[in-house]
Amino acid sequence: MTALLTLQSISKAFFGVYAVRDVTLNVPAGRILGLIGQNGAGKSTLMNLIGGVLAPDAGSMTFDGKPYVPRTPSDAVSAGIAFIHQELNLFTNLSIAENIFLGAFPQRRGFPFVGIDRAAMRRQSEALLEAVDLKVKPESPVEQLAPGERQLVEIAKALQLDARLIIFDEPTTSLTTRETRKLFEIMQRLRERGTTLIYISHILNDVLSLADEIAVMRDGELIAHAPRVEFDASRMISLMVGYSLDQLFPPRTSTPTQTPLLTLKGISQPGIVKDIGLTVNAGEVVGLFGLMGSGRTELARIIFGLDSFASGEIVIGGEVLRHTSVRESIRNRIAFVTENRREEGLLMTSAIAENIGLVSLPRYALPGVQVVDQPRLERAVGQAANQLQIKSGNIERQAAKALSGGNQQKVVIAKWLLSEPSLFIMDEPTRGIDVGAKYEIYSIINTLAAEGNGVLFISSEIEELMGMCDRIVVMSQGEIYGEFTRADFDKEAILRTAFREQATQKAGDHAADPA
Amino acid sequence: MTSVPQRLSSAPRSTASTPPLPRRLWNALRGLLLSEYFILYLSIAYFLLISLFFPTLLEPSNLSNQLTNIWPLLTIAIGQTFVLIIAGIDLSQGSVMAICSVVGGVILSTSLSKSVMSNSPLWGTLLTEKGGILSGDPNAVLVAVLLMVAVGALIGFINGTAITRFNMPPFMVTLVSLLFFSAFAIYLTQSRNIANLPDSFLRLGQGDIVSVYLGEKATPQIKRTELLSLVTYSAVIAVALGVVAHFILSRTVFGRQMYAIGTNRRAAEISGVPTRRVITLVYMFSGACAGLAAVIYSARLGAGRPTLGDNLLLDIIGATVIGGTSLFGGKGKVLWTLFGVVFFTLLLNTLNQMRLSAFQIDAVKGSVILLAALIDVTRNRFLTGGRVA
Repeated sequence: MTALLTLQSISKAFFGVYAVRDVTLNVPAGRILGLIGQNGAGKSTLMNLIGGVLAPDAGSMTFDGKPYVPRTPSDAVSAGIAFIHQELNLFTNLSIAENIFLGAFPQRRGFPFVGIDRAAMRRQSEALLEAVDLKVKPESPVEQLAPGERQLVEIAKALQLDARLIIFDEPTTSLTTRETRKLFEIMQRLRERGTTLIYISHILNDVLSLADEIAVMRDGELIAHAPRVEFDASRMISLMVGYSLDQLFPPRTSTPTQTPLLTLKGISQPGIVKDIGLTVNAGEVVGLFGLMGSGRTELARIIFGLDSFASGEIVIGGEVLRHTSVRESIRNRIAFVTENRREEGLLMTSAIAENIGLVSLPRYALPGVQVVDQPRLERAVGQAANQLQIKSGNIERQAAKALSGGNQQKVVIAKWLLSEPSLFIMDEPTRGIDVGAKYEIYSIINTLAAEGNGVLFISSEIEELMGMCDRIVVMSQGEIYGEFTRADFDKEAILRTAFREQATQKAGDHAADPA
Repeated sequence: MTSVPQRLSSAPRSTASTPPLPRRLWNALRGLLLSEYFILYLSIAYFLLISLFFPTLLEPSNLSNQLTNIWPLLTIAIGQTFVLIIAGIDLSQGSVMAICSVVGGVILSTSLSKSVMSNSPLWGTLLTEKGGILSGDPNAVLVAVLLMVAVGALIGFINGTAITRFNMPPFMVTLVSLLFFSAFAIYLTQSRNIANLPDSFLRLGQGDIVSVYLGEKATPQIKRTELLSLVTYSAVIAVALGVVAHFILSRTVFGRQMYAIGTNRRAAEISGVPTRRVITLVYMFSGACAGLAAVIYSARLGAGRPTLGDNLLLDIIGATVIGGTSLFGGKGKVLWTLFGVVFFTLLLNTLNQMRLSAFQIDAVKGSVILLAALIDVTRNRFLTGGRVA
């Protein structure tokens, strides 16, 4: 079988850590290749390499038999490669036709700048919309379209560019079942026309029903690539999870109590989370696992009072909170280590001490006009910095951004320590930090638990949750979909729950589609 | 110098340990640019250089005059500094001054001419031929000053509320305030100055507490015009405000929270900083400073003037930004603003001495502010390690 795109020993490392390692892959012409892997397996990096967003450290590519060395995304476009992203790249204020032809407006001869040939644009747009089976006028603005229809406009745009390879990155996350089915029909129609497709998805049954061949990535490597018939869902999961990497976790020295610190009862917010029930006890580390978009960060924001909820109860220390706000949460001794250090966690350009002191400034103020008790604050800040062993220069002068990722994360934790919380919500506390620093963060979490605090540990790395938590709660599509106690931790079972593997009803829905 | 390639290591030691001259100059320049006293050095250097050509600049009467020019601008620029620190901007300060000046006139005026003021909608109710509301009242000055500051704070409250509650961009909100309140001030007075303010009020803008006489003591009587102001009432007002403002910024929880909001509002919010309250209070403070500046300016002019702050916006923002307060928020000090105001006052003084026309002066002012903005961007680029923020 001929390959349209060939990758030969492609590697890409960030700061010495391989994101993609020695990947050799033939993308068969005129077929749909399904690409699967866990978050962080290297799929996106691989696609960015193909799309010219990143340059490989080693290896080579050929496209249509010729060497292919994209330096910018527009090189990929002119070679005939188009991307349909999870977040759509349309200009919602412009019309469908304008979006389709953006960058290549049909020109009237003799009028190089002013002569956009609206009639030709309209005619061609109609033909393209016909091809993706979208029955709307090309003049209508994109903002009037539903997410599924927007996806189809993206595809029409790809067709306009004469794309020979279209890469779909999680295209169905924001689509309804009906829209999804329609998208799959269009994808099959594209294949019949001879277009090659790469389809990246977390929904394994969709991949099974749609793809001709399936490739599996794990830890940056391509570990399997074969025709669809050789796969079933459980084999796909085993391949994705693997059994290679065993990380080291500091041993837990304490056992959880039965005293609830936080209890959620039926928390719902339409479109975000549904009927969430959850308890975190004193001294307990509860893991919250879910795929991207499962609603775990949204839930954390609701608990912390950043976002509102429509119904349900939040009980903290036996008291029902009617109205939540960040300051009330802090008074109720909750700390929130956000997923995003740079944007939400730190004042990057301010001094480390300034960052650590921020939350607790009112606690270290003299009564009256709230003058900061500088010596007392400095002592407390210094103590927290020492306790967490933040490696830095002078904390009064060095800016937070000058620190490594791990030390930045410690600054965020130190900032919360000063407010003496009893419940820590930690959203991806080890994201983007190296293995050594991860171990330190794990140790800090263990210490916090041993001191009788509760920790809600949100992560998309199953291994770290299994290594660290007393219980793991699995979220999927805004709901709590399963719970595992330490005795029954099982990677495959947890991942299956997150993928809703058992939910054969919905999965069968797609599988029953006539191929 | 770890970046020196291996093959150069045999070169003489001196070149390896001390960087080449251009590099050192560059580092020195960089250090100067990043220094917080940069603008003070610049002011002094500029003034000394220009006075070589215009020796009259150094005469005591001119220096004394410049000193009195600094205070009202400083008063209002301190308010702008607060707003810029929280990454906002207050374009409405000029119109706040206008309204406050009218308010002062309406309270204080001791007598008014019917032929001048009778078109005003306030004529017959608040304004009569006997003057304003508290004409002649012993407490009039105190009431007027408090009310002027309060009106300024009230307009600031409106700005702040619109910005925090409805998430409207500060630029838009304060621009609309600027238009609305300057128009309103002109409407109230039909563009007339409210004249005849009492001497006890004028003192706040014109009066000296300490003055010096540098001539020979030939006669026991010294003419008023030969006295040089040293410490004036407006100086006391501005310095007191400056001290309070400095204290708020450097010592209080509120000040720390302001810097945090200016640096990263989202992070501040998640850290429990009451961002809306702080932002609203800062705009109120900015309005109050404008009200206080209106006291000084009105007392200097001897009238409640509805067009008072009309051409001042550029001076206020220019002086603040030149001092080093960042337009991107999170950075600024009262002391820096003092330096900026000094620089701006000297600049205007020298331009006036050169007998340039008002239009030429405006053009120069504009260029200087552009330069200040460029310096701000350049500083930020150095601080962020080469990347443009």
